[in-house]
Amino acid sequence: MAVSPSSASTPVQTSSPSIANRLSRLVQPLLLLAPAGVWLLLLLVIPTLMILNISLIPGLRPGEIPGAYGLGNFLRIFDPINLRVMGRSLYFAIGTTIICLLLGFPVAYWIALLSPPRWRNLLLVAFVLPLWTSSLLRDYAWITILRPTGVLNSLLGAIGLPPQSLLNTGTAVIIGLSYSFLPYMVLILYASLEKLDRRLLEAAADLGANARQAFLKVTVPQTLPGIAAGSLLVFIISLGDFIAPELLGGASSMTIARLIYNQFLGATRNWGFGSALSMILILAVSLAIALLLKYGDRDIESY
Amino acid sequence: MKRISWQTLFTWIMFAFMYFPILVLAFYSFNASRFSAGWEGFSLRWYASMIQDQRILSALQDSLTVAIAAVAVSAVLGTMMAVGLAKFRFPGKSLYRGVSYLPLIVPDIAIAVATLVFLASIGLALSLWTVIAAHIVFCLAYIAIVVSTRLSGLNPHLEEAALDLGANPFQAFMKVLLPEIAPAIVSGCLLAFVLSMDDFLISSFTAGGGATTLPMEIFSRVRTGVKPDMNALSVVLILASGALAFASEYIRYRSEQRRLGQ
Repeated sequence: MAVSPSSASTPVQTSSPSIANRLSRLVQPLLLLAPAGVWLLLLLVIPTLMILNISLIPGLRPGEIPGAYGLGNFLRIFDPINLRVMGRSLYFAIGTTIICLLLGFPVAYWIALLSPPRWRNLLLVAFVLPLWTSSLLRDYAWITILRPTGVLNSLLGAIGLPPQSLLNTGTAVIIGLSYSFLPYMVLILYASLEKLDRRLLEAAADLGANARQAFLKVTVPQTLPGIAAGSLLVFIISLGDFIAPELLGGASSMTIARLIYNQFLGATRNWGFGSALSMILILAVSLAIALLLKYGDRDIESY
Repeated sequence: MKRISWQTLFTWIMFAFMYFPILVLAFYSFNASRFSAGWEGFSLRWYASMIQDQRILSALQDSLTVAIAAVAVSAVLGTMMAVGLAKFRFPGKSLYRGVSYLPLIVPDIAIAVATLVFLASIGLALSLWTVIAAHIVFCLAYIAIVVSTRLSGLNPHLEEAALDLGANPFQAFMKVLLPEIAPAIVSGCLLAFVLSMDDFLISSFTAGGGATTLPMEIFSRVRTGVKPDMNALSVVLILASGALAFASEYIRYRSEQRRLGQ
């Protein structure tokens, strides 16, 4: 180590760990970490504890005196109509995850392993570039495409196929969600496929495996952590998404995020019920994160 | 002739899929007709009506105010947080780090609800300021993540060397550490800026009647159908965020090249 001789040769400095020095060692972390910490505490931690608190007060409306504590808000979730909303939210999230995986894997595979190495980074950036554009506008674009007189039906009409009425259906929601979140899946699968040890694929080929066997027995198991991480991430963000079901799903596609929105800014105001739904959503996401941390790829936490 | 594999073909189809909706918006933004899905001639009238629309302009102003203020505060707080987390060990550090990841993980709708409930219960009137305060929460988290990633790839002895050579901690930070992490701070800020400009839910819940950001204005218009001037606005916004994305990627690329060169 080059550092140790220099500190040993300057005993004047090290022999007097003055009070000021020790104080600055204590003050420095506080100075660096306290402002952001206080901000997060005030505007994230305390608010979350507050909605946990009011989720336990049934029937709370703004401006009313809170009644007694109870589990009424959570029990309301088991109403058949609300259970159907939960089921639909899960269906959208799982459907989106499967579609993103099926569409994203070949793309990530091609960019990571088959494309010319020089172009790899550029291709990846080009594929995920739409992520930078507003999610609201991306969903709006799908209204333009899917509406009855939209682009899709013009194209279908041009090749003599019957028109489809997809806007305001669950299919439209899944299309919008898949389009929005496919780049995340590709990013994470790419990170995982890029690290794939190609010698294993060569070895598999040498030992007589065909392409399909090599893929199923080498590529897929090797990238399983990436597949798990990408799938859970897409699942989490589609579960909590509000804009795609709101703009593309119509009245029949009520989801948990829309239901929460309605309890606060919509027609049916009920802060207690809305808070309970938010807690359920946070719980579902935490569960998915716990799974991700347990089975996911540690290297891609930064995404 | 070289045979094109199905993977190559599929990837190009998916690239087309990613850009198709954006191209559709761009195409219709130049369409003269208001209602027809068909092409009725080239026109810039939607761009003209957009830049004369006072509500859009004032919403843009609100959005820019929020994004710039939130990013400016977050750049300082987020960088300090990342540096503090990289340098010091203290009890409760993993809890602190965990809380700092929350805005990236918890769905926007839940954060929006929690912030609204908090602001209502302390009796703070909703305004542009409450929107900025709420945006700082997630901007801060994203900037801290980007800077942390850079810090973890840094030689920890650089700052010690500066201190050994007689620099005080402030000088060591400004002259040694800051130039190293500056590209990460800038790309973190660009990311946070785009996310802030893009945010609909947290703004809607914390603005009350006091402010209308651009996504709120767009949302209130498009939920009732297709509006051709929204196509024009989309194109402008998409180009702007595309330019920011490009800038961010370029900065990242440059700093990586420099690091490899060292």
